[in-house]
Amino acid sequence: MGLISNGTTVFDNGAMASGFGGSMVFVSSATASSSASIEFSLGSYKEYKFFFVNIHPATDNTNLTFNFSTDSGSNYNVTKTSTFFMTYHDESDTSTTLEYHTPSDLAQSTSFQRLCLAVGNGSDESASGSMHLFNPSSTTFVKHWVSDLQAYDASDFTRNDRSAGYANTTSALTNIKFQMSSGNIDAGKILMFGIN
Amino acid sequence: MAVVSGGTTLIDNGALDAGVPTGSLILLSTQTASSSASLSFTSGIDSTYDSYVFKFIDIHPSADGANLMINFSTDGGSNYNVTKTTTRFYAYNGETSGFTLLGYLTGADLAQSTADQEFIRGIGSDNDQAGVGILHLFNPSSTTYVKHFIGRSSTAQSSDYAEDDYLAGYANTISAINAVRFQMSSGNIDDGIIKMYGVK
Repeated sequence: MGLISNGTTVFDNGAMASGFGGSMVFVSSATASSSASIEFSLGSYKEYKFFFVNIHPATDNTNLTFNFSTDSGSNYNVTKTSTFFMTYHDESDTSTTLEYHTPSDLAQSTSFQRLCLAVGNGSDESASGSMHLFNPSSTTFVKHWVSDLQAYDASDFTRNDRSAGYANTTSALTNIKFQMSSGNIDAGKILMFGIN
Repeated sequence: MAVVSGGTTLIDNGALDAGVPTGSLILLSTQTASSSASLSFTSGIDSTYDSYVFKFIDIHPSADGANLMINFSTDGGSNYNVTKTTTRFYAYNGETSGFTLLGYLTGADLAQSTADQEFIRGIGSDNDQAGVGILHLFNPSSTTYVKHFIGRSSTAQSSDYAEDDYLAGYANTISAINAVRFQMSSGNIDDGIIKMYGVK
């Protein structure tokens, strides 16, 4: 049964009709529990937004990283070119920076891309932030992302890391994987939204 | 009366069923300034949402060049004095070409300070000047982790600059944050709107 109001279908076939509800739609989430990695399948949204909430590594001073797959997760090795810059400030107020970080960018590399550096594993330390991924299902264009993460790092600095770049492939991206550069993701949550 | 479509309950007891997708950016509260000393959000910040988004629309100060400041509370708004460590950087360009900069904003950050944190900076008080911005606050109800926040703002600055300001940091407490206050560094918030959303 559908629900039609003033000639407009609001609900039908057990779902809200297109044009109702918000444009940012929850797709999936994963909560880490000593997890080696967290993977998501990608679909046909033109834009995805990932929220990272209190990503806590098992190993101190490790980086949160990601890679893409074009073969449903069999391989995570998509070629990427990226930029990375960062700012940090220590709790003792002795050190600040705003700088491009060459070791964290990629140039036509299939390696994992760093999202956030040096995350601490103290009991109250973690990283949070967000990442946009644009049109991963395109078979015409390269796939762009921009990210913005904030961490309580291993040296008791606050740090804000920003990467951007593109997966240099015209194949559709089917999956994305997040993992630490060393050790497990001890705890934390990643939420994936599709944006209409 | 319930509305059931295709065997799925969509509406019952006067509300949408929890399984009906309604969008994930949920407007929780809107506050409009009118010569306001401050705007505070003292309810709705809890464990319902993993993160919160604040949007600042045309914040107009009564005092020329004032900054919009942020502080947090762990006691429902009785005190706004949570310890914070932050980073700040900015870019600007003057309406008269040639005055451009990208740099770290030393002096606008905090290191283990309970003071208010500057967010939208140097807003002009001319009739057409204001500042806008977006601030993300992650998992404020956690009693395990510090509370991360990330913000970006754009200002019609008092010296007729376009200024793009970045803020990030953490509230260094494992107590739950349950209130947030915004006020100018001097004078009132003459006009403007602040909206608080939950992300689910």
